[in-house]
Order: sequence, then C-alpha cells, then structure tokens
Amino acid sequence: MFAPAPFLLKNTSVSLVMTQVCIALIPAITAYVWLVGPAILVQLVIATFTALLAEAVMLRLQRKPLALFLPDGSAIVTAWLIALTFPPLAPWWLVVTGTLFAIVIGKHLYGGLGQNPFNPAMLAFAVCIVSFPALMSQWPNVGLQASLVEQINIILGFSPRVDALTGATPLDAMKTALKLGDSGVDVAQLLANQDIYGNFAGRGWEWVATAYLLGGLWMWQRKLITWHVPFAFIASITLLSGALWLYNPAQFANPLFHLFSGGTMIGAFFIATDPVSGCTTPRGKLIFAAGAGLLTYIIRVFGGYPDGVAFAILLMNLCAPVIDLLTQPPIFGMKDKA
Amino acid sequence: MLMNLFKFKGGVKPPTNKTQSLTLPIAQAPLPSRLIVPLHQSIGGTPRPVVQAGDKVLKGQLIGKADGWISAAVHAPTSGSVLEVAMHVQPHPSGLDALCVVIEPDGKDEWIAHGPLDYAAMTPEAVREHLQQSGVVGLGGAAFPTHGKLTASKTVPMDELIINGAECEPFITCDDLLMRERAEEVVRGIGIFRDLLQPKKVLIGIEDNKPEAAAAMRAAVDALNEPFLVIQVPTLYPAGGAKQLIRVLTGKEVPAAKRSTDLGVQCFNVATAYTAWRTIAYGEPVVSRLVTLSGNVHAPRNYEVLIGTPMGELLKLAMPHPDTDGIVMGGPMMGFLVPNDQVPVIKATNCLIAHSARVFPPKAPEMPCIRCGACAEACPHELQPFELYWFSRAKNFGKTQEYHIFDCIECGCCSFVCPSRIPLVQYFRFAKSEIWAREREKNAADGAKTRFEFKLLRDEREKAEKAEKLAKVAAAQAAKKAAEAAAAAESGTAAVETDTAPVTAVDAEKEAKKAAIAAAVARAKAQREAAPARNTAAVTIEQQHAIDDIEARRAVLEPAPQTSAAPPAEKAE
Repeated sequence: MFAPAPFLLKNTSVSLVMTQVCIALIPAITAYVWLVGPAILVQLVIATFTALLAEAVMLRLQRKPLALFLPDGSAIVTAWLIALTFPPLAPWWLVVTGTLFAIVIGKHLYGGLGQNPFNPAMLAFAVCIVSFPALMSQWPNVGLQASLVEQINIILGFSPRVDALTGATPLDAMKTALKLGDSGVDVAQLLANQDIYGNFAGRGWEWVATAYLLGGLWMWQRKLITWHVPFAFIASITLLSGALWLYNPAQFANPLFHLFSGGTMIGAFFIATDPVSGCTTPRGKLIFAAGAGLLTYIIRVFGGYPDGVAFAILLMNLCAPVIDLLTQPPIFGMKDKA
Repeated sequence: MLMNLFKFKGGVKPPTNKTQSLTLPIAQAPLPSRLIVPLHQSIGGTPRPVVQAGDKVLKGQLIGKADGWISAAVHAPTSGSVLEVAMHVQPHPSGLDALCVVIEPDGKDEWIAHGPLDYAAMTPEAVREHLQQSGVVGLGGAAFPTHGKLTASKTVPMDELIINGAECEPFITCDDLLMRERAEEVVRGIGIFRDLLQPKKVLIGIEDNKPEAAAAMRAAVDALNEPFLVIQVPTLYPAGGAKQLIRVLTGKEVPAAKRSTDLGVQCFNVATAYTAWRTIAYGEPVVSRLVTLSGNVHAPRNYEVLIGTPMGELLKLAMPHPDTDGIVMGGPMMGFLVPNDQVPVIKATNCLIAHSARVFPPKAPEMPCIRCGACAEACPHELQPFELYWFSRAKNFGKTQEYHIFDCIECGCCSFVCPSRIPLVQYFRFAKSEIWAREREKNAADGAKTRFEFKLLRDEREKAEKAEKLAKVAAAQAAKKAAEAAAAAESGTAAVETDTAPVTAVDAEKEAKKAAIAAAVARAKAQREAAPARNTAAVTIEQQHAIDDIEARRAVLEPAPQTSAAPPAEKAE
C-alpha cells in the first residue's frame, strides 16, 4: 500500500472550488433575471450544455477519464461566464460558437484544465465581438416588455431581431453620445437620463454589478480569491477615471459610473481572478490586475469596442508568466537579502 | 508574563485528534518477546556493534559504540541474551535493512551498575561526552545527536535557548503527557542545556491547546526557581517545527543554508531535555521513550516503550480495530507507513497510528494543478509549491533549486490544502533525491575523470622514460658498433666514421621498436590461442559441424560487407 503523508487532507477539491464560484455568481444571475429579463437563464442553459458536451468530446478524444474531469465544474464556470458576458438576447448559435471556441480551442487544445494561457471565456468574447460585432453589441433595453417565450423565440431565431428591442449598453451609449456630440454634449446631462443611466451607472445593470461585487466579496471571505486582484483592478480604474474626470468632468464619466458599468465588477472578481491564466504571486497579482484595469479603461473610453475587459485581461494573460517570473517573493529566512 | 509573539506565514489547522490519547496517564509497556535494536538511530555515523550473538547483556549495557563525533551510543533496552547481530527492516519509508542487535529478554529487566553523576564537578566537555555515551538524541523526530548541538557559536552570542513543547502534529500527545507528569525532570534537563550554552533567555514554547502541560511546566519552573519563560503559542501546524517555533518566539528566521546557532538561537525538544536529565541524575542511558498509540484503536494511550519493541506487538496494547491495514509512524502530516509490523520502535518514534480507511479516508485521484495558489498561502517557508511542482515534474532540477527546493521542510501543508489532491511533498522528495543522486554521480564522474587524466599523464611519462632508455641503449650499441668498426678498419677515414654513427643509431632505435611490436603481436596471438572461447569448450559433434558451416559461410561473406558497408540509415541523414 503506497499512501504518502499527509494522511489527513483538507476537505477540498477542484469541483468544490468551482461550485463555490458558481454559487458566488447566483446573486448576480438573480439580479440579472429580475432587472434585465429571464432570457439569461436560457443562455446559461445553452452555454452549460454546449460546454459539457464539448468537454466530454474533447476528453474522450484525448482518452482522459471522463468521470474524473467532467464533474470538476471548470467547464460550467466558463460557460456561465460566457452567458453572463454575452448579450442576453444573442442568437443561440453565437453563444454555442463562443462556448465551443472557449472549450475546444481555448482550453483543451492548450492541454485542458490548468494549462490554458488565456481565460477561455474572454477568448470566446473576443472572438465573437471581432467576428460578429453587430450581434455582440445589441443589448436589450432595460424594462423590456417581452415575455420569456418571446425572448426565447428571439434567441432561437423564430422571431425577427427587432432593433427597437435592443440597443447599446449604457457604456457604449455614453461613448457614442460623447463622440457624436463633440463638445456640445456633457456627461452630467447624459447621466441625468435615468432611463438609460439609472441611479449611478446604468439602469438595472448597476445592480447586477453590485451583485457581482457581493458574490466576489463572499469568495474573498471564503478565501477562494485573495484581495489583490479585485483591489488592484478596481483601484486602477478608479484612479484613472477619477483623474480624467477631475481634469474634465464634462467629457469623462465619474469613477462610480465606470466601476458599475460594463464588465468591471465581473472582471474584477470573476475573470481577472482566474488563477490558471493570471498571476500567482502577490505582487504579480497587483501588477496583473492594475494593468488589466488600465487597459480596460483605455479600450472602453478611447477604443472602438463597447467594453475593454475582455481584451484587457487577454493582453495581461500574455504578460502573466513574465510578471510571475519577475515578482517571486522572498522566502522564509531570506528577506533581508532580497 | 506577557511577551510579544511573532507569526510565521502560512500553516494549516488540521483536526488535532489529540483528546483520545490524553484520557489516561502514561503506562509502562510490558517486556516484548524480543527487541530489535537498530544501531543507526541518529543522524551521523553508524555506531559499531560491541556485542555478538550469544552474549548476555544487562539493561543499559553498551551494545553500539558511537562512531565519530556526530553519532550517539546505543544500549541494551533490557537484560537478556543477544540472539543475533543482523540486518533487519527499518522503520523507514524505504523499507531498507540495517544492522540491528536482536535481544531476547530474560524477563528480569536487570540494570547494569549505574548511578548519579557528580554534575557540579563535571566540565562542559565531560557533560557533552556523557550525553553522547548515553545515547541522547533529539526525540522530536530528527534524532540529531544532542551533544553536537550543545556548543555555542564562537562568533555569535547565544541569545535564546528554545525548548520545543509545541507538539503541533495531530494525534501525538507524548510530549504533552511528559510535561504534565514529569515537568520537574524536563526543567532540570533544560537546566543542563542552559549551563552548556549560556543563553541570555530560555523560552519554552507550548501550543495553547495544552494548558495543563503549560501549567505543569510553569509550576516546575517556579518550584526550581529557574528564570525560564513558559510561553503558549497559537495552535497552528507546523508551529512545532524548530524553525517555526524559533520564528514565533524570537522573530528570527533560520534559512536552510544556516545553522540556528549562527543566529544565536538553539532549539531542543522537551523529551530530549528529560532524557538528558535522566542520564546525568541517574546514569540511565536512553533505552526507552514515550510513544503515543492512537488512530484506529480501541484504547489509545501513551506508553513508556523500550527501544527495539516490534511495532505490531506494541500496537496490540491499544487494541487496534480489525480493519487496521497498516501502521503510521509519526503524525498524520509527516509520518509514514512502516514496511511491516515487525519493525522496531526507535528513538525517533513518537507516535504509532493504526491506519485504516476510516481514520484516513483514501485520497481522491490527482487532478491537474489549477495554480490556485492555496499551497503558496499555506507554505510556512513562503515557497511557491506549485512552481516547484511544475519543475519537479518536468525534471527541471536546476529550476527547483532556483525556487529554493531545499528550504522545503516537507511539513505537508501544501498537500493538505491542494484542491487537485496533488501529493506535492512527494514530488519535492523526488526532486531532492534526484538532485542528491546526480550530485553523487557527478562527484564520482569527476573523480573518475581525474583518475583517468592522471593515468594518461603517467602513461605518457612512462612512454617518454622508456623511449629515453631505449635511445640510450641504442646509442650505446651504436657507439659500440662504431668503435668495433673503427677497430676493424683502423686505417678508415674519419669522415666515414662520423657519418655512419648517427645513422646506425637511428636504425637501431627503429629496429628495437619493430621488435617490440612484433613481440607484442606474438604475445597477443599466443594469448588468443591459449584461451579458447568459453562456449566452444564442450560442443557436441553436430554443433561443431554447424559452427564450421557458419564459419565457412562467414568466410565467403566477410569481404562483401566491407565494400557495401555504409548502412542505408546513415545515408538517409
């Protein structure tokens, strides 16, 4: 009998970790359903099934044990992140394409669980927004008066995609308005429109973002994530947006708007914290997340895409190995030398 | 007394499982049927056996003499007769054999003449030597000969003497009960260490889950009017690791590359202090120790056990449940399954845990690393275990050393927290042993290279010497010939003489060389003929015919391969 020490092990497993990440997403999903519409549930189901199927096929092709890997939950987390970052009324095939890309190319072709250099969900987002920019930019207006059946019909392609149903995100709308209006439009005026911009960020979306924040804090309290990544991500966006807002409040939105719009909160707590594709050393995590925050702000404010979280994190994923290499912490007994 | 405590990073809190074995006081284990006493029970040189099969021995009689300074003597744990001095399986994960003295007890447990020493009159050197001769070694598990740690650094003043009563491993309670029941003797033993090291402070660290032990130790310190401080440290595995306890009590961090005395601190286990006192105050060498019996047993308890007691026999005292499928020596975090139940208790054996799937559930299968960093958070030496894991797995041993693999104390915290159930410590042990093996190989290869180079040098020198000798002989011969020629033709011209002499000398040299070569060839031929191929010595007639046939065919084919020798594979390149 070969059983090396330690004989006692903490009650933990990869699937337990992934399950807790899923649990942490539930407040945001609830808020999403409540404020934006139940269509997200359909997308979650489509993405989950696609991911599990792709995972099973890829495992089988690589002759890896299905019983060990399929229940690990990592594919489900990827699927949920895809569903939550794609427009809720995106056609079913778009979500399927994104999920397949994430699992097959983003994860398994790199070697599977633990081997992917890029966050698979963000790869899916990037590929789809580059390939299908129009579909990826159509977001439903909050307070959309459409039943679940109508929404399902839109997703499945049985009903026509009516432009009136969908529009830009608050973040995108702000950028477009500021660009088109030149100096004639002013941020304060725009934000006064509560139909789009709600109380402090985007109508409805601001509460979804708050729910991500709550789920993220719960993960931090459960020690699933450390404070470094969310803190540095949020701090970097706050500092940059705050500086530009102070410089010209008419042309730049305030930090609160940026923190609770788009993918800031889900990015800070659920995507940039992905340990596989991110940094692992404490200082590395700070640099990684600060860089991601910086790029997010630059892309979403000055770039051509509605939001910058996905590209920012993918770009930082590229840098993660080097950052880790350069930020190895000093070890016990060797601190004065370092 | 309040004192500022420091923290070490990382650490884990496994279920302690200590209460089971704490309900009853220490009991004396009965004499076993036989005792298998390994000679090598401490770090350092293997003691030499001084008894042989058939000898009668008394309890406490020397059976293994310390070999060198870092080595400690071994004594007969009871009276009886020596059955054999032979190789037996050791309580070590490798399951390797080592030399043991096997003693059959006579049941009398009769002591050899011994008595208290006049400690006050002893010089420090005499005390150290007495500890060595009494077999005092670290009883916390490392089994380093204690006398070897009792010399202060010459350059760094000794600030703190740390006494380790933390006992952080789950299940183990032998130090706890020792402190509860024999605190005074422990404190007196600490006094000996204090006298030898002359530290500024003596700090006794005990985890705060042992309030009774701490109270007993405080009472003993007060009763003996010693200035020692008994400090309760937070219960956090591995607070009982020497380096962690030093950190908690003094704030000093001892790296792998340094000795603790270089930082003015030294650390001993409480049980070591106890045995040191027994050897001085009673003249008793170390022949027994406290062992916790726990795990999958009906009656967990601490026993005073003779060194050499077979583990299976000892564990029976605690009445193991029928589903017990192995014995773990040490705690569940750093212990190991012993090869079989006949291996003996040694000085490093602090605990035996009956192993079963109920106590230690089988581990889930290993998954890939997801780089979650839980191991790095848990590592008390602030290493990056997942990075070490990658490099160990890839056999990139240079990198493992860059990431400080030799600072790993193998405490098991990383494996404990890993959600992917990777046996990280195993990977690190593998990497360490590979590095050691390679270093040994490299040293051996370097040695061989030096020897070979020296041989080449010697050959060359010999050749040169030989050539010189031959030239001399040839020159002498030539001179002789020339002289003869000159004598024969006294009327010959001088010019001819001077011309021919060197020519003949060179010819003679060539001649000598040729002759030597011819002789060597002849010798080789003769040798070949004299020693026929072994497998042809006793062939049958049929076989001989077959061989002849083959030889004939070979003779025909032989020239062919020489012409078309180049193998096609090489051409393809």
